[in-house]
Amino acid sequence: MDRRDSLKSMILGSMAVGLSLESCVTKTAPEVIEDKIWKYTYGRTPEEAVFDQELMLEQFFEDYELQTIQTLANLILPPNEHGNIEQAGVVDFIEFMVKDVPEFQVKIRGGLMWLNNTCNSKFNMSFINCTEAQQKEILDSIAFPDMKADEQVQEIQFFSLMRNLVLTGYFTSEVGIKELDYKGNMPNVWDGVPQEVLDDHGLSYDAEWLSKCMDPNNRDEVAQWDDEGNLIT
Amino acid sequence: MQIIESQKIYDVIIVGSGAGGGMATKVLADAGLKVAVMEAGPFFDPANPEQRTQLKWPYESPRRGAGTQRDFGEFDMAYGGWNIDGEPYNNIGDTQFDWFRSRMLGGRTNHWGRISLRFGPQDFKGKDRDGLGENWPIGYEDVKPYYDKVDKLIGIFGSNEKRVNDPDGFFLPAPKPRLHELYYIKGAKKSNVDVIPSRLSILTKRINNDRGVCFFCGQCNRSCSVYADFSSGSCLIFPAQKNGGQVDLFVNSMVSEVTIDDNGKANGVKYINKEDRQLYKIKGKVIVLAASACSSARILLNSKSEKHPNGLGNSSGLIGKYLHDSTGTDRAVFVPELMNRKRYNEDGVGGLHVYSPWWLDNKKLDFPRGYHIEIWGGMGMPGYGTGFDPNGLNKYLGLTVGGYGNGLREDVKKFYGSVIGMSGRGESIARIDNYCEIDPTTVDEFGIPVLRFNYKWSDFERKQSKHMHETFEEIGHNMGGVVLGDAPGKDQNYGLLNPGRIIHEVGTTRMGSDPKTSVVNEFERLHDVENVFVVDAGPFVSQADKNPTWTILALAWRTSDFIIEEFKKQNL
Repeated sequence: MDRRDSLKSMILGSMAVGLSLESCVTKTAPEVIEDKIWKYTYGRTPEEAVFDQELMLEQFFEDYELQTIQTLANLILPPNEHGNIEQAGVVDFIEFMVKDVPEFQVKIRGGLMWLNNTCNSKFNMSFINCTEAQQKEILDSIAFPDMKADEQVQEIQFFSLMRNLVLTGYFTSEVGIKELDYKGNMPNVWDGVPQEVLDDHGLSYDAEWLSKCMDPNNRDEVAQWDDEGNLIT
Repeated sequence: MQIIESQKIYDVIIVGSGAGGGMATKVLADAGLKVAVMEAGPFFDPANPEQRTQLKWPYESPRRGAGTQRDFGEFDMAYGGWNIDGEPYNNIGDTQFDWFRSRMLGGRTNHWGRISLRFGPQDFKGKDRDGLGENWPIGYEDVKPYYDKVDKLIGIFGSNEKRVNDPDGFFLPAPKPRLHELYYIKGAKKSNVDVIPSRLSILTKRINNDRGVCFFCGQCNRSCSVYADFSSGSCLIFPAQKNGGQVDLFVNSMVSEVTIDDNGKANGVKYINKEDRQLYKIKGKVIVLAASACSSARILLNSKSEKHPNGLGNSSGLIGKYLHDSTGTDRAVFVPELMNRKRYNEDGVGGLHVYSPWWLDNKKLDFPRGYHIEIWGGMGMPGYGTGFDPNGLNKYLGLTVGGYGNGLREDVKKFYGSVIGMSGRGESIARIDNYCEIDPTTVDEFGIPVLRFNYKWSDFERKQSKHMHETFEEIGHNMGGVVLGDAPGKDQNYGLLNPGRIIHEVGTTRMGSDPKTSVVNEFERLHDVENVFVVDAGPFVSQADKNPTWTILALAWRTSDFIIEEFKKQNL
C-alpha cells in the first residue's frame, strides 16, 4: 500500500521528465521506453496507469539473469511449430511480474544463483554456458516435486515457480492462445453444445429444459409477457 | 477549513450510485424531482474505450490479467477491492470481516455475478419457521409487484418453475447449458439435488431499443459495453438522464455526514471533493442513503449532533448491529471424461447457465437455513494462472507430475476444461453481536472516522458449510469426477470463508415496526428522522440464500414510490 502511495507521489510530475531521467540512468532511448509503455491499452484508471508505467520503467533483473531466465524458459518449453518463448514475450512478462509481486524477487534471484552455483561446482561453468545435457542433468534433480513431502526444498520450489510463470506467460500470449485453440472472446450467439460433442459424451438436451431456452432467431424482437409471466414474443 | 456551501436545494440527495442509489435515481428523476447523486469514485461508462476492458486479450496487459491491482483480476470492473489505499478499516480482537468496496459510478454492480434471485415467501418470515433471527415486517406479497417491475425494466433470464420459495417472474429465455453444466445436471439428479436454469440479469433477448443484447463473451464482470447486463450506471442512471431527468452527478465526492436543522430534521450532506480535498455542503429536502450497508451505517454513526448524540437515527443503538453476510465455500472436481476436449466457443453468458436452488427441509438437518449451489468450469479465456501446476492432475491418472519440455504443452491442452467447480452460498443468522461501529482511533485520508468490525460465525454456519462439502462430494462422484483436495475439517471451519467474502453484507440498519428494535420502518425510513431513507442492503432483516441485489432494487423502487407520494401530499 505504501509502495503505491510513494510511487504515486514520485510520478506526479510530468511523464516526460520521468522518461528523460530514466533514459539517462539506463541508457535506453526515450522512444524505446515510450514504446514499452504505450504498447498496452487495457482500461486503466489514471492511478493504475501511473503505477504500471512506473513498473515498466524499472529494471529488476541484470542482463545475465535475463539470459539465464531465457535459457531456462526455453528448456521448460522448447520452441516448436506452434510458437516459442520469444514470440510469447515470456521473459518480459517475468521481468514485469517480479516487480508486480515483490515476493517473487528473492525466490527467483536466489534460485538463479543456486542454479549457477550448482553448475559452477559441478561443471565449472555458469548455467547458460553449460551444454544442454549438463543443463538437463541439473533440471532433472529439481523438476519433480516429492509427492510425499509436506514442503518442497527451495530449488524445487524455485523450479515450480519458474515453470508456472513460463507456462502461464506462454498460454496467455497470442501464439499460446492459438495453440491452446481457445475459440472465444468474440461476439457470437451461444446455441448449445455441438451435437457431435453431445454424442461423444453420451449426453443430450432434455426437451422440457430446451423449451425454456433462447431461440436465436427471435431474440432481437422486444420481449413482451402475458400477465402470468409467459413470454409472448 | 471553511465549508463551501451551495445555495441550490435539491428535492432529494442520493448517496451512492450502486443498485439502490441507481434505482432511486431512476424512479425519483422520472417523477420530475430534482436529484443530486453523490458518488465517492470517478465517472464510469463501460462503453468508454478508455475505461473498457471487455474483449481485451490477456496479452494486452503486461501482467496478463493477474489480480495484483484488482482483486478479481485486472480486467474485472471494480475500482477498489478488499483494501483501498487511504481508506482503512479495522477488526476487533481475533474476529475478521473482509470488506469489499468499489469506488466508481455504478459501484459493485459493474462487476457482480448478475445472479438475480427474488426472496421467497419463507425468506421474509424466517423466525416463524425456526424461531431464530427476526421476521421482516413486510412479506413477499408487498415486494412482489416491485420484483415484477424490476424484471421488466432491467431484464433477467430464467424460467418459471412453480417452486414455493423461488418465485416465478417475468423472464427472458435461458441460455442452453454448457457441457460441464450437463455433467453437473447428471450428477445432481443422481444425488436428488434439484437443478434449474439460472436467473441472471443479462439480456438474452432485447428488452428495449436503448440497450443491446448479449453477444456471449462471458465477461459480465468487465461491465458490458453494449449495456446487455445490469450495471447501475448504464441501466438506471444514464436512462434517467436521457429521459430528461434533473440529475446532477457529483463524482469523486465522499460524503462524510448528514447535516440537520434545529428541529433535528436532515437538510443536506457534507462531502469531501477528492480532487481539491475541500469540504462542501449541499442542501436537500430528502436524503436517501445508498452507500452500501456498512458505508451508510458509517455515515449515520458519524452524523452526531445534540439532537442525535449516538449518530443520526440511532436512538435504538442498533445501527451497525445485525451485520451479516452469506455463507460460502467452494470445491473443485476433476472429470477425466472431460480431458482432451473438442474445441468450440462456449463462453456463453458471464456466469452459470444452471444452478441448484435450496432443495431440502431444514427440519431434518442440524442447521437452520439453506443454500444454493453455483457451478463453474469450461474452456474459458486463458488468463494469469492458466498453465500453473500444468500436470498436477496426472497424479489421479497414475502419471508423473512435474518435469519440463514439450510434454507440458500437451498436458495443458489435455486438462483444459476438465475441472468443474461448485460454490455453496447460504443463509446465516443475523445476530446482534456481529456488528460494525466507528473506530475512534482511526480516520481515513479524508479525516473521516472509519469502521471496525466484530464478526464471528456460529455452529449454524459451520454445520451448513460441512453439509455443502458433503453435497459437493456426492455430486462430484455422481458426475464421474474426482473431488479435489480433502474436505476441510473442523479446524478450518469446514471451509467456511471469512464473513464479507461473499460480498452480500446486509442488516446494519435493519427494518422493523418497533423503533426500539429496528432502525428503519417498512418503507426504509429512519424511525427517528422522517426525511432520511436507506435503500441499500442495510435494512435487510435477514439475507436469504439468494443474492441481495434484486431485493435491494425492488425495495428501493418501493421506497422511492413512497417518497414521491409523500412529496405529493407535501409531507416532505
